[in-house]
Amino acid sequence: MTDIMPVGERQPIAPPVDETGPLGWARKNLFSSWGNGITTIVLIGAVGWILAWFLDWALFTANFTASTGAECRGSGACWALIREKYRYIFFGSFPYEQHWRPLFAVIAMLAMLVMSADRRMWNWRLLVIWGVGSFVTFLLMFGQIHIPLSLILFVAVVGGAIGLTLRSALAAANERAAYYALIGIGIVGLALRIAGVLPKWSIAIAPLSYVETSLWGGLPVTLILATYGLAFAFPYGILLALGRRSNLPLIKGLCVGFIELIRGVPLISLLIMASVMLPLFLPSGTTIDKFLRAQVAVILFAGAYIAEVIRGGLQSLPKGQFEAADAMGLNYLQKTLLIILPQALRVVIPPLINTFIGFFKDTSLVLIIGIFDFLNTANQALVDPNWAGFPGEVYLFAAFVYFIFCFSMSRYSKYLEVELNKGTRR
Amino acid sequence: MAVESLGSAPRVKVAPWNDPVVRGWVFQIVVVGLVGFLAWYLVSNTIENLQRQKIASGFHFLEREAGFEIGDTMIEYSPASTYARAIWVGILNTLRVAVLGILLSTLLGTLVGVGRLSPNWLLSRICAWYVEAFRNVPLLLWLFLFYKLISEAFPGPRQAISLLWNSVFLSNRGVYFPVPLADPIHLWMGIAFLIGIAGAWMLGRWAKRRQEATGQPFPTISAGLGIIIVFPFLVWLAGGAPHHMSWPELKGFNFSGGIVIQPEFTALLVGLVLYTSAFVAEIVRSGILALHKGQSEAAAALGLSRGQSMRLVLLPQALRVIVPPMTSQYLNITKNSSLAIAIGYPDLVASINVTINQTGQAIENILIIMAAYLSVSLSISAFMNWYNKSIALRER
Repeated sequence: MTDIMPVGERQPIAPPVDETGPLGWARKNLFSSWGNGITTIVLIGAVGWILAWFLDWALFTANFTASTGAECRGSGACWALIREKYRYIFFGSFPYEQHWRPLFAVIAMLAMLVMSADRRMWNWRLLVIWGVGSFVTFLLMFGQIHIPLSLILFVAVVGGAIGLTLRSALAAANERAAYYALIGIGIVGLALRIAGVLPKWSIAIAPLSYVETSLWGGLPVTLILATYGLAFAFPYGILLALGRRSNLPLIKGLCVGFIELIRGVPLISLLIMASVMLPLFLPSGTTIDKFLRAQVAVILFAGAYIAEVIRGGLQSLPKGQFEAADAMGLNYLQKTLLIILPQALRVVIPPLINTFIGFFKDTSLVLIIGIFDFLNTANQALVDPNWAGFPGEVYLFAAFVYFIFCFSMSRYSKYLEVELNKGTRR
Repeated sequence: MAVESLGSAPRVKVAPWNDPVVRGWVFQIVVVGLVGFLAWYLVSNTIENLQRQKIASGFHFLEREAGFEIGDTMIEYSPASTYARAIWVGILNTLRVAVLGILLSTLLGTLVGVGRLSPNWLLSRICAWYVEAFRNVPLLLWLFLFYKLISEAFPGPRQAISLLWNSVFLSNRGVYFPVPLADPIHLWMGIAFLIGIAGAWMLGRWAKRRQEATGQPFPTISAGLGIIIVFPFLVWLAGGAPHHMSWPELKGFNFSGGIVIQPEFTALLVGLVLYTSAFVAEIVRSGILALHKGQSEAAAALGLSRGQSMRLVLLPQALRVIVPPMTSQYLNITKNSSLAIAIGYPDLVASINVTINQTGQAIENILIIMAAYLSVSLSISAFMNWYNKSIALRER
């Protein structure tokens, strides 16, 4: 330093630049350097210009009240089209006066999904929520449900078997006896039913008029395809993932081949395959519902992707967990169900939700095989010659609805990631 | 695991139904038997159905006349061409969109990903909202929106918007550009371009060796780019600088001359690139965030400039995190390009779909789709795995 001055003549140094308050914040985050300042000004200009144009189009000069498309031809957006068509966009060709049914079905499904998002429900309550929720949803959508005897017997066998494996170490003698009784009744009943001794009988619950799946449309279809696609693909994805990690060569080969085949081809080709080839696969004379075909394709597709996510969870477990379970003398089923899966699934819940967001968006592809999901009903709303020429409005509206669903799910998955890692974070 | 550890220990005699090896084989045979039975059941049903509906089988239909029009082709094609050629046109169209989509979305995605980490608050917020907006809405919806906007918001050919002194025209039939008229010199320019790339690569190797030996840096990037651009230009000058262009002109109801980019192609490419770049941006961002802060501090302490530390220190390490998820995004672009069918771009799935409808031979056609996509996917994975290996951390 050359300018050492006598004490009395020292110049005061300027105080440090204020970094608090709105001005300080702007200085730090927007104008920290010349380049930054120019970027900020250019961006403010561009965003302001776009926003001004968009607000003018979407709000100030928009038409909310027109009754035909011709009245709407001004400069702004034609939201009157949405007003006119929103019921069709949301519910498709479902009988108009019965629209309360898909509305409550959507509410039931949303309630089911929101309740399953609560961690306190992650136990036997989940089964109850999904059982009741699905029953209400399909009762409202179909109007009538027939539960055949053989399905009831089959559920008894499966329930008994699951109870027996999960609680074999803990259950008291009479609880075990109950499981054996369930399995026994189920198997004997099924055998008698196949032999023709028991009649073809079913429980009919029919409070409403029957609506076939070809009339379903809009949001409930998208929600059903995504939700039940995941619900059915989940157990089967677990099986595939376990198979891929198995050391039995044939099982491993089958699972790897299946997963890679499905993941290697686009969903559209699977949907086309389901729509043209499923009828060929089944014995002549059987017809299979178009909606069901799409659902089968989505399940097959989702299973392969879920399997890969779950495999990630299985691989993240330390080897000691497997060895400890072996050392305790647990058999494969007990080891998998009691030790491995509870830990592996906990790790993969956030990525599973991201996969679900992907399926939710991908269900829109079913419009290619002629199913009226939410995007397809939005598309059909444009076909009306009275309202031709307003694609932007309809697609923005549909995009907004999809955005709300996907964005809230992705926020939930982020929240869960933090929440579930509380134990391991420092 | 149980089987492995037992295999190495001296074998204890157990009853066969308690021996894990025997159990394993019994279980496998049962499962394979069930799968085989299911396959046999489906195949026998299919054969019966095909015979009843009198649908031919085999790949002979490929040599028959296709008889349908394809709007956008890269090779010679007419309705009199064979089905095989129609399918080949579809494959080429799929590849064109996929390759361009991969390049552009990598570029845009990297920009947005780096932008999200910018110290400028406004820029990072805009990039974040870009990512959220495109990630949370189905790709198909974006495709429909872009396609409808191009085909309805743009004027017809007669009122086409002209840009750059009447050389580029925007209309609802596509974007029209002038192109140079074909000239033999173009072939030589192409060869010169390839030689230029080889030269730049050799220059880079020489510069690296020189820097290792003497410590002298060499401006490899600008010199290399110079060679790649200047060399073909010199060839063009040497060839007499042919500058005749084919200009787009309005003739009757449409344009002739020039080159056209179809609206279907534009909508598909724009949609794919914007959608995928949102995912790419997240991958790039997490790759950069995964690096320890000490890396950039150490690079600065060594006296490297910001660009050098990015290029020599940060990016090579971030790439290790970025490449594996990027591979799956590239596969997604390829698979998502099949959504073309919804807006009428003639890709592979669209060609196959028409072929299925005309011939009824669903199984053969589905096999062709699967084979085509699997081979494209496997080549992309093989290339990316090779690349990943070449940048992977070399440990002992």
